[in-house]
Amino acid sequence: MKYTYLDKSLNEINDKVVSGERLGFEDGIALYKSNDLIGVGYLADYVRRKLHGKKAFYVYNQHLNFTNICLNRCLFCAFSRDDGEKDAFALSIDDVRSRLMERINEPVRELHVVGGLNSSLSFDYYIELLNTIKEVRPDSTIKAFTAVEIDHIAKVGGLSIEETIAELKKAGLEMIPGGGAEVMSDRVRKKLFPRKIDSNRWLEIMEALHSAGLTSNATMLYGHIETLNERVDHLIKLRELQDKTGGFTAFIPLAFHSQNTRLSHLPSTTAFDDLKNIALARLMLDNFSHIKAYWVMIGERLAQVGLSFGADDLDGTIIEEKITHMAGAKSAKGLTRAQMEHLISSAGFTPVERDSFYGKIG
Amino acid sequence: MNNLDKIIEKAASNERINSSEALTLLNEAELLTLAELANKKRQHLNPEPVVTFVVDRNINYTNICISGCLFCAFYCPPGHADAYVISKKELKEKIEETLSLGGTQILIQGGLNPSLSLDYYIDLLKFIKDNFPVHIHGFSPPEIAFIAEKSSLSLKDTINKLIDAGLGSIPGGGAEILVDEIREKTSPNKCSVDQWLEVMKTAHNCGLRTTATMMFGHMEKPEHIIEHLMKIRNLQDNTGGFTAFIPWTFQPDNTRIKVEKATSVEYLRVLAVSRLFLDNIQNIQASWVTQGDKIAQVALVFGANDLGSTMIEENVVAAAGVKFRLPKEEMIRLIQDAGYAAAQRDCFYNIIVAVHGLKLEIGK
Ligand code: SF4
Ligand code: SF4
Repeated sequence: MKYTYLDKSLNEINDKVVSGERLGFEDGIALYKSNDLIGVGYLADYVRRKLHGKKAFYVYNQHLNFTNICLNRCLFCAFSRDDGEKDAFALSIDDVRSRLMERINEPVRELHVVGGLNSSLSFDYYIELLNTIKEVRPDSTIKAFTAVEIDHIAKVGGLSIEETIAELKKAGLEMIPGGGAEVMSDRVRKKLFPRKIDSNRWLEIMEALHSAGLTSNATMLYGHIETLNERVDHLIKLRELQDKTGGFTAFIPLAFHSQNTRLSHLPSTTAFDDLKNIALARLMLDNFSHIKAYWVMIGERLAQVGLSFGADDLDGTIIEEKITHMAGAKSAKGLTRAQMEHLISSAGFTPVERDSFYGKIG
Repeated sequence: MNNLDKIIEKAASNERINSSEALTLLNEAELLTLAELANKKRQHLNPEPVVTFVVDRNINYTNICISGCLFCAFYCPPGHADAYVISKKELKEKIEETLSLGGTQILIQGGLNPSLSLDYYIDLLKFIKDNFPVHIHGFSPPEIAFIAEKSSLSLKDTINKLIDAGLGSIPGGGAEILVDEIREKTSPNKCSVDQWLEVMKTAHNCGLRTTATMMFGHMEKPEHIIEHLMKIRNLQDNTGGFTAFIPWTFQPDNTRIKVEKATSVEYLRVLAVSRLFLDNIQNIQASWVTQGDKIAQVALVFGANDLGSTMIEENVVAAAGVKFRLPKEEMIRLIQDAGYAAAQRDCFYNIIVAVHGLKLEIGK
């Protein structure tokens, strides 16, 4: 690398990155604190290129949110409702079927299925949900239920986590989205999501999922009340579990959107912070294959720039994104395949349409 | 060393690059390499880690225009139901509001309205100057050329009359792409390249400072972008009258040019090459109106040292479907978050208020 770092503390990190040495906690903090955005980008881009060259991935996917009724009511959530609230909803299996049929002529490769913790849905509902999706879309991958939901489903079914996973897998579950960990800090949890499972439980469930042969993503929700130390801790915890299981596929930094939440006084994340989170993920998570620039949250314009700051995946075309848009996101609700490919190629990268497991389509 | 590396080295050593070198950089250099080079150039020309902005309002005095540019979503032909010429009452209210929000200038622009004579413009300027202590940044070259032609006056006489009436500086609009081959397609009735440059040259010689702009992402090719930059640089070598350069991207919604909107990476590349190539223009302005707050912040490491206006009102771009808003506090937050000091400036890029104490801890 021939970049001259404006922030001299990056020189040492540069040496580690070039020699493949794992970065430590202090390195993570130094990277977050650095104003040398291009320098941080260079480092991440170096690693990204070694792994993926000029390739940039995306998936043709569809989001399906089956209920927004949730027992947890996390403070940062604009999506959830109490049972009986006027825009609360829970899709019946027939509703789910017709949602899928609306788009049946599109080449959807992956269904991203998540919902709230709705106590009126039975264990059988989840099984039927998966069965129905498999029946309507036998060739698409079902990526469903965060670890938080898996914990809830196990309780509803009166089963152990292992038994629950086995049942869900039998019904068609193939992959787990990375949500629900937010930022793994008891301090933040107490303030923002006290009813949600804690980080130990989240990690435990992820480990069980990986042991059962399912892969998953991992995320971090940033830009609320978390500290830099908490962010770096979070990344290191994910890295440790990944060392153990190897079951994580991609990491997705999630920029917090405060509108319509009980934290609406918080300003939105800045581009510097968004790009640093992408770059930090690429640099700290040396055992993760993929880092996503999630365009729904940071906007398609910044996500495109993110491809030069460590990201190798723009996530999906997504049809009808709900969760972030209910929190005021101004990004589009979906991108066409042509728009996605244009974003990638006009940034100087080669678009690769992938399946859920990063196999190339076509 | 291959050709690209040689050019990168040349640019990094602060030597002036020529058109073909600029074109190679624009087409071939990595995004972060362009950022690095542009940022170096920015630090060389503007070593203080300060990012400026101006508090002003864009007032469009008329939307009646006979030019009918294909990329324009703002104008109305004469006689159209939505056509207007601003009333003095409305103008007064807009300026009062601007001043009460800490504004120091107004940007006043409009269509090429055949029913307005030189007297209208002189009266407009005098009315503003007689009533308000505000800087008037007004009338882009196509308007000036149009006024001069209608009044059968030379450019010099026209500009001098406008100066006498209170005009303080000229915005660099209406340049689009300064290549006649492109203008003939996009804006056949608008002033030619030579006329545009002539207005600017005359204005500079009459002692007016101006900005220069470039609107790209429609029918031009990369070569045309570089040709545009070359014409601006040549004139600047001659007059030194440009204060700033502002590249921005065409917004295709509601216009008659159907193209994919230029992406943020394309914008950042052009921005960086502009910073490198225009070594004789002090300031490069990021366009948050067309790029949004996030890309405008990223632009600060791609050569931009100014975020332009807090824009209390912007009709032309808003008519093309863009609704980015950036209040002053938010602008300051973005600047500080990027590691710079924020300062409010006047039209000549003099700092008038340095901002302290608004630092927000992000992520702590
Ligand atoms: S974030 Fe998830 S668990 Fe928390 S309230 Fe929203 S839907 Fe429920
Ligand atoms: S861009 Fe200016 S000159 Fe062209 S039609 Fe619009 S208002 Fe008239």
